[in-house]
Amino acid sequence: MKRALSLLFVASFANSASAADQGAVIGVAISLTGPAASYGAQQKAGIQAALADLGPGKLDVRIEDDASTKEQGITVFQKFINRDKVAAIMGPTLSNTASAADPLAQMAQVPVLAVSNTAAKGITDIGNFIWRDSLTEKQVIPGAFKKAQEKLQFKTAGVLYGNDDVFTKAGYDVMAKALEDLKVKVTGTQTFAKPDRDYNAQLTALTSAKPDVLVVSALADNAAAIVAQARQLGWKGPILGGNGFNSPAFIKNAGAAAEGVMVGTSWNSLSKDAANQKFLAAMQKVGVNPDQFSAQAYTGVLILAEAVKQSGGKTTRADIEAGLAKIKDFETPLGKFSFTADRDAQHEPSVQQVKDGKFQIVQ
Amino acid sequence: MGQQILNGIFVGSIYALFAVGYTLVFGVLDILNLAHQAVFMLSAFVALALVENAHLSIWLALPLAIIAGGLMGIVLERLAFRPLRGRAGSNISGLISSLAMATVFEAIALQLFGPDTSRFPQGTFPDRMIQFGSASASLLQVCIAGISVAMMAVLTFLLAKTRLGRSIRAVAESPRAARILGIDVDKVIMLSFFLSSALAGAAGVLFGLAFNSISPDVGRSVELKGLAVIILGGMGSVPGAVIAGFAIGLVEVFTVAYIGSSYRDAVSFAVLFVVLVARPSGLLGQVAVREA
Repeated sequence: MKRALSLLFVASFANSASAADQGAVIGVAISLTGPAASYGAQQKAGIQAALADLGPGKLDVRIEDDASTKEQGITVFQKFINRDKVAAIMGPTLSNTASAADPLAQMAQVPVLAVSNTAAKGITDIGNFIWRDSLTEKQVIPGAFKKAQEKLQFKTAGVLYGNDDVFTKAGYDVMAKALEDLKVKVTGTQTFAKPDRDYNAQLTALTSAKPDVLVVSALADNAAAIVAQARQLGWKGPILGGNGFNSPAFIKNAGAAAEGVMVGTSWNSLSKDAANQKFLAAMQKVGVNPDQFSAQAYTGVLILAEAVKQSGGKTTRADIEAGLAKIKDFETPLGKFSFTADRDAQHEPSVQQVKDGKFQIVQ
Repeated sequence: MGQQILNGIFVGSIYALFAVGYTLVFGVLDILNLAHQAVFMLSAFVALALVENAHLSIWLALPLAIIAGGLMGIVLERLAFRPLRGRAGSNISGLISSLAMATVFEAIALQLFGPDTSRFPQGTFPDRMIQFGSASASLLQVCIAGISVAMMAVLTFLLAKTRLGRSIRAVAESPRAARILGIDVDKVIMLSFFLSSALAGAAGVLFGLAFNSISPDVGRSVELKGLAVIILGGMGSVPGAVIAGFAIGLVEVFTVAYIGSSYRDAVSFAVLFVVLVARPSGLLGQVAVREA
């Protein structure tokens, strides 16, 4: 027993010694397995690209798998907080996991920077140690709709949404508000349920009112079928989607019908800003085709490094918390980045449109 | 309005095709085959694999998938129903063993095709629109309605005019009397399962084509509708299932169009409820007569 204790002491001593050499210890919890693994892979690539850009000695990053579940997320957070004694945590990938794991960090007063959680409620309102660099639906949709309206000049819209899912219903509420603010007249609103496969009746009712655009809040699976059936019914007008459309699975399943569909996004891949060009080059070196998730994860690493810099190079939990609060108009691949008073992300969203089977930014 | 009627006819024709097979087995055996929806789903996947991996034309993949569905029916009968036949309470145990087979089929699909929604590749079916007055329909939808009606007509003819049809009706009437008359009852039951499951298979492939989404749980939403259709039509009545299939399809579509999509299932099942109160045996069902 004594021997084990002394070993433990040596181990923790070695840990803190290496921390002093390699900069602030950051625990990263992302989904490397489970349903969100495709996002996690992008996040890991973004983090590696950012660390290569920062150079050694700034951040000592430890990546662990949250397995896309609450349980594993909690285990990883406990390891970071109690064993690794990290200065800050990045992640977890899913809002669902964050809602369970973040309260542990809040209690231990460890700053958490979420880099992909988009649920409007239940993340940063957990407490003053929870921050995020990912825009919520509530922030992306109004900006995206405004840009889409400038481009398409629509005045009327037909709305279709899934009313049995928290995410699609919340998306609809934001969309309805955004349309109202833009003075767009809603010619009809229809609903569907997740297990539905046939949307012809709803779509016929919506399109018969001849709106300028169709607005749809749905998860990727339903979204693909809805768009395909709308095109089959002869709808040639534009379709605006929510965050559920932001998935390669959507384009794959909707095929040619996806052409012209517009979706809001928090990362403008075509931005000529120096920070974004640097990000694109770094991702090329890692050998991964970047998307919104790698851009947000890359930005997360930059923000934490900036927080250390803002607090004068000190790396305790309180220093990083104080450093985060000082970040304003920081140049990132996402654009000029600041935190809101509620520690949410603040930067300009973009609109992308499906063209030739790929999402492309609308300038 | 015209467009909505067409929408209702298309979805109704698939419901009817599904329910006809469902009600056929019930008519012969007095057993609900709860694996019917799993055959529906797995046949759609068979057609998908034939089109996507073997690069067959859909016109070849469709009949092959229908035959595959029929063979699944024979397997089902052998494993889930025949061992229990003749035992006490075999109606309930058959119901449960068919539920088990449905789980097995779903697990197979999950293993082979994954939990995601799959779809037929682009251009599986020629993309052409046909105009009916103010309403328009794709060639695919017209073919779906056509194929469904044709298959139901063939089944009706088969039951009414052929030797097999007469045997099936005889077994439905009384297995014991049929056996005394020299009918091979086990074979007739097996063939009924083949026909019933082949129809489920056809419905599955057409559903997959029409709505562009096939997943291991796709049969569940249709299962409940199918049950409503055969109850509405009268348990065991083939023409009743056809009429009720179209009726429920139309009721659903008009509920969505004029009352609201949230009330769709509520209205369908309310109609079912009202019909059963007025006519307890369903639209075309016969009042059960106990024959010794």
